[in-house]
Amino acid sequence: MTETNQTLGIVVSGSVEKGVDIRLDAQASIEDMVVGRYVTIKGKKRRFFGMITDISLGVTDEAITATPPDISDPFTAEVLAGTATYGTLHVLPMLTIGGDVASIVEGPQPVKTVPSHFSRVSLASEQDMELVFGKEDAQRFWIGNPLDMETKLCLNLEELVKRSNGIFGKSGTGKTFLTRLLLIGMLQKSKAVNLIFDMHNEYGWEGSSESAGRKVKALKQLFPEKVAVFTLDEENSKRRGVSTDFTVRIGFDEIEPEDIALLRQTLNLTEAATEAVYQLRRRFGRDWMQKTLDLSDSEDTKNLLQQMNIHESTFQNLRRGLATIRRLPFIVQRAPVDAVKSILEYLDRGINVVLEFGRHRDITTYVLVANMLARRIYNRYQEKMEASMAGNVASPTPLVITIEEAHKFLNREVANYTIFGTIAREMRKYNVTLLVIDQRPSAIDEEVMSQLGTKITCLLDNERDIDAVLAGVSGKNELKTVLSRLAPKQQALIFGHAVPMPVPIKTREWGSQESYKEFARGTDSKQQAEKDIKELFD
Amino acid sequence: MSNKIGEVIESTTTGFIAEAYELYDLPPFGSLVKITDPSAEIYGIVCQAGTASIEPGRRPIARGKDEASEEAVYRTSPQLMKLLRSEFTVLVVGYARDEKIYQYLPPQPAHIHAFIHPCSPEEVKRFSRSFDFLGLLVTANAQVPAEELIAAVLREMSRVQDDPRAFLVAAGKSLTTLLGGDYQRLRAILGRLRV
Repeated sequence: MTETNQTLGIVVSGSVEKGVDIRLDAQASIEDMVVGRYVTIKGKKRRFFGMITDISLGVTDEAITATPPDISDPFTAEVLAGTATYGTLHVLPMLTIGGDVASIVEGPQPVKTVPSHFSRVSLASEQDMELVFGKEDAQRFWIGNPLDMETKLCLNLEELVKRSNGIFGKSGTGKTFLTRLLLIGMLQKSKAVNLIFDMHNEYGWEGSSESAGRKVKALKQLFPEKVAVFTLDEENSKRRGVSTDFTVRIGFDEIEPEDIALLRQTLNLTEAATEAVYQLRRRFGRDWMQKTLDLSDSEDTKNLLQQMNIHESTFQNLRRGLATIRRLPFIVQRAPVDAVKSILEYLDRGINVVLEFGRHRDITTYVLVANMLARRIYNRYQEKMEASMAGNVASPTPLVITIEEAHKFLNREVANYTIFGTIAREMRKYNVTLLVIDQRPSAIDEEVMSQLGTKITCLLDNERDIDAVLAGVSGKNELKTVLSRLAPKQQALIFGHAVPMPVPIKTREWGSQESYKEFARGTDSKQQAEKDIKELFD
Repeated sequence: MSNKIGEVIESTTTGFIAEAYELYDLPPFGSLVKITDPSAEIYGIVCQAGTASIEPGRRPIARGKDEASEEAVYRTSPQLMKLLRSEFTVLVVGYARDEKIYQYLPPQPAHIHAFIHPCSPEEVKRFSRSFDFLGLLVTANAQVPAEELIAAVLREMSRVQDDPRAFLVAAGKSLTTLLGGDYQRLRAILGRLRV
């Protein structure tokens, strides 16, 4: 503690908007400072809590840069260090911790002023960090540690699931691991249930770790009684040794024109073809898809098309697209069991559902299935919520829907068609929120991005992606520096609703035996207790 | 006080000129000396020294043409010891009163005929705990370049320190602030500090 409380320097200039500049003391080594570290600034009336966003070198006289001293003699350099040549920290104050009673009750507040000149700056102590980020408790989940610190960063998951959230990052930066962590957190510490559209079969059963090349456990293995694995591809799941709970089959009659509209690009449909779908739906009713595919190349068909003002080539285009859907192995004429119903049953019992796609990893399948299921689930939720508003029944369990490759659902063109666009926008009114996972945030509709409560982002290096993720955050430019300097693995920047200020973190370890033990601790003890009780009575 | 080396023959607030008791027995350039006045101890830095004829108008003449060595010149003309005198100029850098050292100009200048003593290593150490006196030297109007003088002072003082290098670094840092970004001047001084 003594080491961390050492004075780093003093405040020499600054503004609320741009942050404050701190002249580093000669004895504090500039190389020990890291962008993203936390400091406290002791003002006269209150303490300020901020993050280092930039570190620079300064000289009092430009001549030093023109004729630097002879470096073979360290004496001159030593004399100049901290006097004529010095380090400057740029700190973005984010919170104030007041000294009076009111502020102790209210906790840290957003910053509205700057510390006075020559206020002392030191690295944030563990106590300060705890005060700001909270301790692990019934609602808070330890997700990682702030960079270079031992303190645990704990997210209040009860709060987190009230809004839609996003996880972003280039591919291979640890999005999946982070998502697994967050899902486990929600599983343990919030009342919400999860529905996960698991495109790459990573969340239900064993996933692989890129770096270690070993298998890492996933949700079902750690919390068998709290997670159900649904699959679209039973064969594949069996081969991988996954114990599945349900095989999803989708009937033709469950596909709606909106689903086709969404797939316009992937199915290569023309604008007119998507329009025609709506007409066909009106004409044929629920079984429109089957009936459309059954239409033969007869005169009757031609007449029918003429009646509906659908051009022959448009119709062929559409048929080709629909045939692609029909070829999908999990699409059947009529589903034996209603997948949505069973998903909802599980969710109602508080069991989290992971839907594996097996070999059907192409984006068409994913978009189609995810959108279709989510739409119907959302509708049910809406009904239930409205019923509960009428005062008769309890409101449904909050639901978090996890989607990968989110930009396919939420890009500017289709965000209005997909249910995910609606969920993201209408947020928690109906107790359904999203967990969006994506590697190309710039492709996601701005309106949707702006509605995400908490964003967790791993390394991004595309300028447009960074801008998209940070849009509307105060201190954007400073955070940009932090974001682009995250390590490519195990590091992420969290900001938004669930944290009092943006935090770069090193995510919690995942994959070792100890880590599993820690994650599953809560359940283990429960199991143990149940076992003990059983033995007692047997 | 038996170690006196000379006495004041001309005095102002900023400095004084002293005559050495023995010819050529001059304190080193840049060394710290002190005057014990009845009211205060005045500290000064030797910034100039020289030897000349006692009569300003009479310049000594060369005498060694037939002598074997310099010593022989003085031996054959013993009167020289009385006709020549060594003087040194001291810049006042502080004073002490009631056991406390103030590193700025004293309220009163030194008296004429006040005795001058060289400072002991302990006194030098005590005085050099603070570098405020460097401010007086930086702005002093001495006949020698200030860079030369400051470097000489610091070299002299560093000799008695426990850790001469740390002392010089600390002094250098104070100087950097004092010189206010005049890097060339600073470099000139630092270059002369290597011992």
